[in-house]
Amino acid sequence: MTRSLAFRVLAPLAILAALVGAWQLYAGSGHVDPLLLPSPAEVAEALWTDRALLWADFKVTAGEVLLGIVVAAAAGLACAVAIHLSPTLRRAVYPLLVASQTIPIPIVASLLVVWLGFDLAPKLVIIGLVSFFPIAVTTLDALAGVDPELRKLMRTLDASRLTTFRLVELPAALPGLFSGAKIAVAVAVIGAVFAEQSGSSSGLGHLVQQAVPQLLTARAYAAVLILSTFAIALFGLLSLAERLALPWAHDTRGGHAR
Amino acid sequence: MAQTSEAPVMEPRCPGPQIGVQVEGAGRTFRSRRGGVVEALRGIDLRARPGEVVAVVGASGCGKSTLLELICGLQRPDAGTVRADPAVLMPQRDLLLPWASALDNAALALRASGMARAQARERARPWFQRLGLAGFEQARPAQLSGGMRQRVAFVRTLLAGKPVLALDEPFAALDAITRQETQAWLAHALAEVPRTVVLVTHDMEEAVLLADQVVVLSPRPGRVVATLPVDLPRPRRRTDPAVVALREQAMAALGAGAPGDRPPAPPARAREPRR
Repeated sequence: MTRSLAFRVLAPLAILAALVGAWQLYAGSGHVDPLLLPSPAEVAEALWTDRALLWADFKVTAGEVLLGIVVAAAAGLACAVAIHLSPTLRRAVYPLLVASQTIPIPIVASLLVVWLGFDLAPKLVIIGLVSFFPIAVTTLDALAGVDPELRKLMRTLDASRLTTFRLVELPAALPGLFSGAKIAVAVAVIGAVFAEQSGSSSGLGHLVQQAVPQLLTARAYAAVLILSTFAIALFGLLSLAERLALPWAHDTRGGHAR
Repeated sequence: MAQTSEAPVMEPRCPGPQIGVQVEGAGRTFRSRRGGVVEALRGIDLRARPGEVVAVVGASGCGKSTLLELICGLQRPDAGTVRADPAVLMPQRDLLLPWASALDNAALALRASGMARAQARERARPWFQRLGLAGFEQARPAQLSGGMRQRVAFVRTLLAGKPVLALDEPFAALDAITRQETQAWLAHALAEVPRTVVLVTHDMEEAVLLADQVVVLSPRPGRVVATLPVDLPRPRRRTDPAVVALREQAMAALGAGAPGDRPPAPPARAREPRR
């Protein structure tokens, strides 16, 4: 157990170290202009010297992402529940759900800024748009995955449709909600950057946009590093929260509700 | 052990004279989407007086589960009539909710009809004492053995408070030793809490051990080929010569119900064309 745990931690770290090492060697070899590709050491330096600037912008982006995820989770859950409870809505809304994912976000982002301004609103719309879809789909699948025999049983127990939903289907859907949220955090960070680049006066996306024309590439890479780390941390936190909130979903011998 | 567990005895919710289960000439035919027609049941006659245990025995795919759904009112017959007191289904698999404790799973039957969680728990708790499940209240289904899960599912079925229990092969998924234990437990539980029971099984021994009456069905379409009263004192032992003799008699009836030129193994899911 401890051995496999150590392996699970060490193996990705070793690969990461190898990649960083290769990057350092290549950047230092003189084949590439350091203004185009800074070495990892320079990125680390920028991370330290620009820490106040990066921290201020990080707080803005992190706030947008967190709020956006909450909006997306609420919208995704509501969509999934509505579609699950009404076959008519399923036919009417499901195609629109899929269509919402074909919208080219970079283009719509700039249009939304024109419409909604430079504040939080367009960011939340974009983050919500990109991240509610995985949440809605995984939650819907979990709702639909409830054993039909269980619904039959609830009928012979005189449960109403709503009671069956509340006591059986909603709890069964929670693992799906978490799975969707884990996928959503990754795209939410990307959505936030697009939104900020389309019109914003703060946030890490804005910082990158300002840094690149000024050839502060090390600072831009530092921002990227922070964004990735943030997404990974959110993913980890969600996994932890799921284990704590839904221990039954990780039982080796699960029940039949799913 | 405190003996405060006597008070909340669940009586069937519908007072007044009970009729048990009365199935007369019931038939049920399914039409598959591809145009095939499957006749699951034909001309079924079955009567269970209130408080009587009737076992329905037959090979897989003889429409036994359909018969239970007719009794529970989940389906309607195409022919004949099905009259029964309110019935609750205990499906083949325990279908316990993996996130809920054993106590909450049993209490689901009460919460389904709108009772508050705390009250439902308090009503369910004495039954764990009474039916030998004390100490397992807080266990999640994954922590319980197959036999224990089935017992919790049975308590859930009892707590529905309906006069008729429709048990669909409740022990089919258990290993042989656990099955014997759980059968003995069920016999004890039914002696403790008499109910009208329709027990579907493919285990002839189980039928003879538990039932007052054994109804043997033929392979699809299911028809009654024999109705055997089991007039033996309880508790019954599977080695008792009378039990063995009755089991043989029922087996013979089952054999006679199958078409002579076909091997006894039923064509489980074959669709029958309309003739």
